[in-house]
Amino acid sequence: MQTTIVNAKEKATEAKTPQANAANVVVQQVSGSVAVMEAFLAEGVETIFGYPGGAIMPIYDALYDYRDKMEHILVRHEQGAIHAAQGYARTSGKTGVVFATSGPGATNLVTGLADAQIDSTPLVCITGQVFAHLLGTDAFQETDIINITTPITKWNYQVTDANEIPSVLAKAFFVAKSGRPGPVLIDITKNAQVQKFEYSGYSTCEFIRSYRPKPIVRKEYIQQAAEIINAAEKPFVVFGQGVILGKAEKEFKQFIERSGIPAAWTIMGLSALPSDHPLNVGMLGMHGNYAPNVLTNECDVLIAVGMRFDDRVTGRLDKYAKQAKVIHLDIDPAEIDKNVKATVPVWGDCKETLPLLTELLEQKCYPQWLQKFKQLEQEEIAACIYKELNPSTEEMTMGEVVKVLNELTNGDAVIVTDVGQHQMVACRYAKFNQSMSNITSGGLGTMGFALPAAIGAKFGAQDRTVVAIIGDGGFQMTLQELGTIMQCGVDVKILILNNRFLGMVRQWQELFHSRRYSFVDMESPDFVQLAKAYRIDGQSISNREDLKAALQEMLAHKDSYLLEVMVGKENNVFPMVEAGTSVSDIRLK
Amino acid sequence: MFKQEFTITIYTENTIGLLNRIAIIFSRRKINIESMNSSPSEIDGIHRFTIVINETEEVVRKLARQIEKQVEVLKAYYNSGDEIVWQELALYKVPTDEIAEKVKVERLLREFGARAVVIRKDYTVFETTGHREETEKLLKVLEPYGLIEFVRSARVAIIKDSHGFHEKLKEFEALNPSGELVTNEYLNQQEEVFDV
Ligand SMILES: Cc1ncc(C[n+]2csc(CCOP(=O)(O)OP(=O)(O)O)c2C)c(N)n1
Repeated sequence: MQTTIVNAKEKATEAKTPQANAANVVVQQVSGSVAVMEAFLAEGVETIFGYPGGAIMPIYDALYDYRDKMEHILVRHEQGAIHAAQGYARTSGKTGVVFATSGPGATNLVTGLADAQIDSTPLVCITGQVFAHLLGTDAFQETDIINITTPITKWNYQVTDANEIPSVLAKAFFVAKSGRPGPVLIDITKNAQVQKFEYSGYSTCEFIRSYRPKPIVRKEYIQQAAEIINAAEKPFVVFGQGVILGKAEKEFKQFIERSGIPAAWTIMGLSALPSDHPLNVGMLGMHGNYAPNVLTNECDVLIAVGMRFDDRVTGRLDKYAKQAKVIHLDIDPAEIDKNVKATVPVWGDCKETLPLLTELLEQKCYPQWLQKFKQLEQEEIAACIYKELNPSTEEMTMGEVVKVLNELTNGDAVIVTDVGQHQMVACRYAKFNQSMSNITSGGLGTMGFALPAAIGAKFGAQDRTVVAIIGDGGFQMTLQELGTIMQCGVDVKILILNNRFLGMVRQWQELFHSRRYSFVDMESPDFVQLAKAYRIDGQSISNREDLKAALQEMLAHKDSYLLEVMVGKENNVFPMVEAGTSVSDIRLK
Repeated sequence: MFKQEFTITIYTENTIGLLNRIAIIFSRRKINIESMNSSPSEIDGIHRFTIVINETEEVVRKLARQIEKQVEVLKAYYNSGDEIVWQELALYKVPTDEIAEKVKVERLLREFGARAVVIRKDYTVFETTGHREETEKLLKVLEPYGLIEFVRSARVAIIKDSHGFHEKLKEFEALNPSGELVTNEYLNQQEEVFDV
């Protein structure tokens, strides 16, 4: 056993060059579990988030010998592991890796998989499984995790023979990362983990015959798109996470700067373009800014870049941008025409397509059209932004907390948000200078996301300040991960905005259910005491005078810190596009 | 847009679990599958699904794209009835006595293009292939004679204008007959072989 591991370790350095590796094939006996470790080393995995159990013990046993090569973060719940891996992937641009045992361990990954699938986050999750001969017998801790997770994974596969491990893991990493990224789950039976097999090295996968990660870029469409854009009078760009996933921030900036077109973002696209960029006109969608929502229905050309026209963004589809020619740039052909019919589909990775398009564009600017955005912005400031950021009430607002945080972090922090009012407020008001800084659960809206995601985000961006902004409700869905913070010593600033309600639900009940506050009144423990129990410092404040100093203290603190800010109980997030209405019917109060 | 019958033809890798992945694409959208057939294709290692549904063209187009998105799917086509040649196979089990006594079997066989697959003392199994109405006709004739069992297969279909993909796929397979995973040797040729 020992000699095998030593050999395998030597192999690890070779594995970085798969060609060379294939050339001088050294066959040796290793276990399936060791092959998993070798695959990870070759794929450059540095951090694994996980939770052990019987069915994955051989893999954990192998990990013990690799513990100085890869970091393993022991979370307090598998859902925490997968959200942490998501946070890690989103700040590092790498693939997040998760370990979980069979049965309940595997099913605890379900929410995170669904979240990663809808937000296109690259993950490789390894679950242990019972011995192959027990499959389908309702053995102890056996669940059919492959069938459970089929609709929420980009790809999944069950390994029952160790011989499959190198090629299946290579395929897993390739599928997770390439094209439109997504989560992959590999379920490995216990016999395959312990089985010794003839291992001849690891080769990364760069091609699968049935899989085309990127569609072919069609020059004629680029040409058509350019003609339409050049002829436009009121063009408008809406962009999403595709810009970030494609690492195309620079190309995107060049595109809008040359074309002079105002650009608005979805919450998944937030931070791809600096907040203070003159052509950045704000946030789209349900709680987005007034101007971009209203002017969607006035533009003559709508250019969608790496976004998927989610219903939270479009409102009623039959009233969405009907007057506009739509140019849709997306790597996933299935997104084109799915919700909004494209006049010109520009299939491809926007890192490739944007420069081709920019090249054909005339240098332009649209002062009058931009002016319209500014005018409507003024209306929005007067109707709600000013009050939110400079409240005259005694109670603090979420917006003013974010505003002071901006002042203190200069837009350089990574902001991780949970789900609810604070999420919308943070996305609306947080300022960003650099990409991959806004980490949130966009498509699934998963409460309990922020705390573990912030842990992962910090591992993915170790030199940056990571602030998790969380509601009192969402925090209580995930507070066991304070234990993870305590044990691994990760530095995460936890900012709880406590309105003593499940705020977002309460807002809807107020607006649409005649204030019938049905089970949204939430009592919380003493969060500061709780943090102390986990040896995390913190304080709670409820006076405005203390806000700045408290945030300063949090940011200056050398380890993790929990700051609870008591905010107005019944504050609402406005503007708002009510469900089932058009984006131009957005209400300011 | 109106709903009509569409036949979806999917070329896939032959892997476990793919049937489920494809079926989920329909069930998630509450689309009822009229029939589904899966079998090997003319190319080694490539399977072919034939799925019949009633839907609007717009929905079918989107479905085809979602199907194609699956890692192990090579290509998904959809066609209306006039773009394909299709057949279904039907088997009819009837009591031999009854049939022998009361029906002019040869006439029946001739008229419906049927053939006897099994003739035993107790029962006889006939078979026909054809479109739904054709197999239905013989069913109507045999029903009064104590039909014991009837079964019809899923549709199989050949796309009339499918030369392009078959050739491409064959060329591709000739270039790349190897197993599941290969390194990027063929990556650059991918674009010549496939088209969206
Ligand atoms: C797991 C999960 N359960 C339920 C919901 C529905 N939901 C959306 S927002 C919200 C309230 C969130 O309250 P809180 O965490 O206190 O944040 P606030 O809205 O007050 O900022 C709820 C219950 C959800 N998004 N996720």
